[in-house]
Amino acid sequence: MATAAPASAVGTRPLVKVEDLQKRFPVSAGLFERSHSFVHAVDGVSFELARGESFGLVGESGCGKTTTGRLLVRLAEPSDGRVLFDDAAGTPTDITHLAGASLKAFRRRAQMIFQDPYESLNPRRTIFDTVAEPLKVQNACGPHECLERVSRMLEMVGLTPAAAYLFRYPHELSGGQRQRAAIARALVIEPIFVVADEPTSMLDVSIRTGVMQLMQSLADRLGISYLYITHDLAVARYMCSRIAVMYLGKIVEMGETESVLQQPKHPYTQALLSAVPIPDPTVTREPVRIAGGVSRPVDPPPRCRFYDRCPIADDFCRDNDHPPLEEKASGQLAACYKA
Amino acid sequence: MDTNAKPTAAKRTIGVATPDPVLAVEDLTMYYATRAGDVRAVDGVSFAVQRGESVGLVGESGCGKSSIAMALLKLLPENARLIRGKILLNGADLAPLSDDEMREHRWNHIAMVFQAAMNALNPVYRVGDQIIEALDAHIRSTPEISMERVRELFDLVSLDPGFIPRYPHEYSGGMKQRAGIAMALACEPDLLIADEPTTALDVIVQDRILKELRKVQEALYMSLIYISHDMAVIAEVSHTVGVMYAGRIVEWGETVDVFHRPIHPYTQTLMSAFPSVTGPKHELGMLSGEPPNLLTPPPGCRFHPRCPYATDVCRSEEPPIVRSGSHWAACWHPLDGAAA
Repeated sequence: MATAAPASAVGTRPLVKVEDLQKRFPVSAGLFERSHSFVHAVDGVSFELARGESFGLVGESGCGKTTTGRLLVRLAEPSDGRVLFDDAAGTPTDITHLAGASLKAFRRRAQMIFQDPYESLNPRRTIFDTVAEPLKVQNACGPHECLERVSRMLEMVGLTPAAAYLFRYPHELSGGQRQRAAIARALVIEPIFVVADEPTSMLDVSIRTGVMQLMQSLADRLGISYLYITHDLAVARYMCSRIAVMYLGKIVEMGETESVLQQPKHPYTQALLSAVPIPDPTVTREPVRIAGGVSRPVDPPPRCRFYDRCPIADDFCRDNDHPPLEEKASGQLAACYKA
Repeated sequence: MDTNAKPTAAKRTIGVATPDPVLAVEDLTMYYATRAGDVRAVDGVSFAVQRGESVGLVGESGCGKSSIAMALLKLLPENARLIRGKILLNGADLAPLSDDEMREHRWNHIAMVFQAAMNALNPVYRVGDQIIEALDAHIRSTPEISMERVRELFDLVSLDPGFIPRYPHEYSGGMKQRAGIAMALACEPDLLIADEPTTALDVIVQDRILKELRKVQEALYMSLIYISHDMAVIAEVSHTVGVMYAGRIVEWGETVDVFHRPIHPYTQTLMSAFPSVTGPKHELGMLSGEPPNLLTPPPGCRFHPRCPYATDVCRSEEPPIVRSGSHWAACWHPLDGAAA
């Protein structure tokens, strides 16, 4: 499978520019008490996503990758920071506090695909109703054209012939078919940016490859850029030209996928990679060098978020602020004093 | 526990020279009764697990791998029926046993770790007490001996003994899974069945649990059936692997052989569909269509509707068993020169 866009395209003006994005959730302090503690779910995240690029956000559960994705399609409002997104006229616009008509206009251009095709489709609505909904909400077309566009979209995602699926309900479809319907729903309005949150992790392997290939071919045909969220580094390798590795709300490493996976610079990326099982019984993996477990980022100290678990941390790491993302190799950034 | 006297199962190197089966399953067939008819979830499955051997059962959802686990423990839902077959545990057939008779074997000889072990712990009881309760139900002992045993078990799975009197919500996901393993090992079973025990965990935690499982399996010279959809995990934990499709084992053999020289087209596709973070980026394999509906499984080879090599004989007649090296497959058109 060919990856979406060459990383060199990153030099051009980005489609999405994320600047110091932050999202804090208050920690419950009791019924009538005001909370003074916060979970720093997304903690100063910045990156750029080029037109036509497929950018991966990877990390373990609780690292803030899904929250970041939701902020980018304005399903949540950040506590701080900006998300600049090219509007229809090509002007970068901050979408973080959009409302009303401008939010609706933004939704034409940015959509989301969710992980669980069993939960993301309304069981009481036919596939036609579900896929046509964005068109109806946006008053994008009349009923006749609507049917035509939905049919065309279903064919495009491989639910052929469309007539056989239009008036079926989700429970009559298999997991793979449901995820194809969910993809059709996200793409029917012809967005240019799609956040895909673990779109294949619930699917069986023999079906997964087909859905991955479908997402790539649609991106090429329709000119879509993806923010691809996944915990699976091997899947990211096939789906993303560039990736960012997140840990406790921070991007700790970012760069071209192949460079990050073959020569990881950050000790967390190194540990994460060495923990991935390899589907070859004759290969023995390097031991995983990481201490302890993931904690919740509740009012974290200013030092490096990875300090407590890091195999190479020293006093400098303890006494200084979280390290900045710096270039460690050509186009490859890591937030580490020791890397 | 004196484990030094027992031989160690060196991973991947033993071919299990002297057969000493802990478990022999013969022609196991189990259906689920539904309003639409019988779902043939497990259909004529036979295999053996040697002492100290680690067997991986791999397949996609609905292939029957978890149904086999539940059938071996006879923890079957109401609508499930054992149609025929034998489950020989240390030579004694479990299939005809009643619930009461079965209780003697469960935990003592055969135990299980579930995917949702996190939910298998009762949230309102301390974890230590829950393990003691499991112990007391099977072994007569004093509270002091039971507590000592819990401490040993915590040590075995690398859990901090300080957590013995704590409640499940104070445990992380990985710790709960370790507690689940500790509980399953409480009575030193001959055979441990682990059904997707790391599927809900992050890779770093998964890595530790897999190491722990391998360690205790070798230390106790216990047999293990590890059930997973993940070929990569299976490659790491098992000496022997069985590939399941639509209620049947389609290929069986030493893991290295099955992975490097698959003879069933399904195994080959399953393997190539798995992306890896290392090595060259290969073209990912895929299959057309979906697994069959087991209410009306296709005649002949059950894989024929999705198989690129299928011919008329595959569509009408049961595939023969063919062998190549240490492993066998059920296929009319085997890869890699396997022969009947």
